[in-house]
Amino acid sequence: MFDQLTQRFEKFFRQLRGQGSITDENIRESMREVRRILLEADVNLKVVKDFITGVQDKAQGQDVLRSITPGQQVIKIIYDELVNVLGGGNRKLDLSGLPPVVVMIVGLQGSGKTTFNAKLGLRLRRNGRFPLLVAADVYRPAAIEQLQQLGRQLDLPVWAPGILDPVSICKDGLAEARRTGRDVVLLDTAGRLHIDTGMMAELSRIREAIHPAEILYVADGMAGQDAVRAAQEFLERLDFTGVVLTKLDGDAKGGAALSIRSVTGRPIVYIGTGEKPDALEEFHPDRMASRILGMGDIVSLVEKAQENVDQEQAERLAQKIAKQEFSLEDFLEQLRQIRKMGPLDQLIGMIPGIGRQFKDMKIDENEMERTEAIICSMTQQERRKPHIINGSRRKRIARGSGTNVQDVNQLLKQYEQLRTMMRQMTKFKGHPGKLPKFPFPLN
Amino acid sequence: MNLLKKLKDTLQATRQKLGGQLLNIFSSHQKIDDELFDELEEALISADVGLDTTQAIMSSLREKVRKTAGTSGDPQIVKDLLVDVIAEIITPPVSFEKPRLDHKPSVILVVGVNGSGKTTTIAKLADYYQRQEQRVLLAAADTFRAAAAEQLLAWGDRVGVQVIRQQSGADPAAVAFDALQSARARQFDLLIIDTAGRLHNKTNLMQELAKITRVLKKQDPEAPHEVFLVLDGTTGQNAVQQAKVFQEICGVTGIIIAKLDGTAKGGAVLAICRELHLPLRFIGTGEKLEDLEEFDPLTYAKALFEIDETPV
Repeated sequence: MFDQLTQRFEKFFRQLRGQGSITDENIRESMREVRRILLEADVNLKVVKDFITGVQDKAQGQDVLRSITPGQQVIKIIYDELVNVLGGGNRKLDLSGLPPVVVMIVGLQGSGKTTFNAKLGLRLRRNGRFPLLVAADVYRPAAIEQLQQLGRQLDLPVWAPGILDPVSICKDGLAEARRTGRDVVLLDTAGRLHIDTGMMAELSRIREAIHPAEILYVADGMAGQDAVRAAQEFLERLDFTGVVLTKLDGDAKGGAALSIRSVTGRPIVYIGTGEKPDALEEFHPDRMASRILGMGDIVSLVEKAQENVDQEQAERLAQKIAKQEFSLEDFLEQLRQIRKMGPLDQLIGMIPGIGRQFKDMKIDENEMERTEAIICSMTQQERRKPHIINGSRRKRIARGSGTNVQDVNQLLKQYEQLRTMMRQMTKFKGHPGKLPKFPFPLN
Repeated sequence: MNLLKKLKDTLQATRQKLGGQLLNIFSSHQKIDDELFDELEEALISADVGLDTTQAIMSSLREKVRKTAGTSGDPQIVKDLLVDVIAEIITPPVSFEKPRLDHKPSVILVVGVNGSGKTTTIAKLADYYQRQEQRVLLAAADTFRAAAAEQLLAWGDRVGVQVIRQQSGADPAAVAFDALQSARARQFDLLIIDTAGRLHNKTNLMQELAKITRVLKKQDPEAPHEVFLVLDGTTGQNAVQQAKVFQEICGVTGIIIAKLDGTAKGGAVLAICRELHLPLRFIGTGEKLEDLEEFDPLTYAKALFEIDETPV
């Protein structure tokens, strides 16, 4: 996400760093470069102009010229301004009203409303709420069916009464939530164009009938210059309370984030980062800005790890490593924990300084799946005492896991190397507590 | 705030088809000067044309203006010259003049990122080719997204064409293979295959597309005869990257821009045409079946400068 923007900024900053002192001419020139970077990132032209004016005013102040490292000073100014435009602090959904609290989800066609609806439902349930999804998109063929299927997959109730009037569906949905003790109602509305007066009026009617606590505008993270127009029109008609940016697992530069945020003044609440139901993250302007500026996003990574790694399990593992009892079973456990955190290439992208170097590295998720299959085809005894795995056992394991003997050999070799590495670590460092999070090589 | 106001004004009751901002620029200027060029440049950028392509357009425009009009002439001359420059960029190479659909059955594979409008476009294509007396069969090879097949089935009913589907989660290549087999056995003229939306940077999902084309070739070495990439007209510069990767992986032969009924102008296609020399085939202009227009370079280039006054 935001990778290319980051790359361009990095390149630009390297040039800036090389200069001993910054002149007005330098600043003007660098602002031209910033303009270029932002425009190519699909940031709206007007937003770019505002941004540059802001940065330029600050950069031309005296502190920059007097400071010892003017280049870094300018970088800081750009960073601060970027955080500023992206929204300062971060904001959470306010669902504190009298239940059932209603969240209405609106946006253009194909921006990802239905998928987001399911993702939000899942997230809310994990936070101890009881959401009801309401399928109010009666226009797109099979849209209701889509929400119903997602509901079934995630075990979330979906209200789809089979009537044609979206306003009635929403009203009935709210009543249903009251009846069944649901405390959050998520309204999935049909995608519509911001210039379609009739359809926009329908949204207003739903809003007046239901009084949602939050209205979330779902925008495609790949959107171009026109993103601001659509967002503005939705804002004027509905006064939405927050923005959700989707499809940010792609390689779009995501300038729409800056555009929408600065033109509507509404905070970006969530970002969608994948097709899986849990690929939803909270939006943090500061982190996003760090990420844009090539500082990586270590906080998100740590949070992801915390969310998915069982603390007790991790402790147990650490002790095992200290006692040099790390078995193939532990290896499997570790592997599964990492996979729970999401696609590896995304994780790596978040590590500061590493993301860029590994940008083109393709991580083979199949490889991890194969490894898992191989270990799963071993008996418990074999997993605990891998040295007993002889030639005929290897053949059996290969057959069982649909791989061949070479794959099994390679895995055992990797495991042996890992053990050696761990042994050395515990020997030399003497700090068994400080162990690496990724104990096997990512090839 | 000037630009904001301008945006708001243009949004009023008139539906702008491909943008009227440029037209205003020409009528608000008395002579050809730098200001005119600057405003044109900004208008192109605002239409998602992209910086590089905008600059290329501007420099060849300046060149043309210098040759024909000088600096004191009528801005309307600049308009005509700009139409020429843009039409030049988006006119496809001769080898791409018409889609190659003279096989029996011909196969069209439709690809694109999530939410770009593939399934709706396929329904429109089915309707379009059926009106040309072709017997059309659809294949629901999006076995991933919830209710994707149901969506295509609903459209199939509406258009009156059959849809080949399997259960959710089936191998999309298998669906495509079966569909082609069926289309051949039952003498259909045209098979249109719907695929799951995928972001072009997801290697594994892109490999899945490559597999679909490989599997089709087992039955007909020339299939798929056309691979249409559906782009969301509101997408910005990422559209170029999408087109590049999809072309590399599954040999895109034509572009369809969807959702051009809003205020977005889909200018990113200029960059795509300039860099990849891919032909634009159709434009999607609404949610109804007939909202699909054959693409004509000159009309599009001209349309960039004309306001459509039809009220919404």
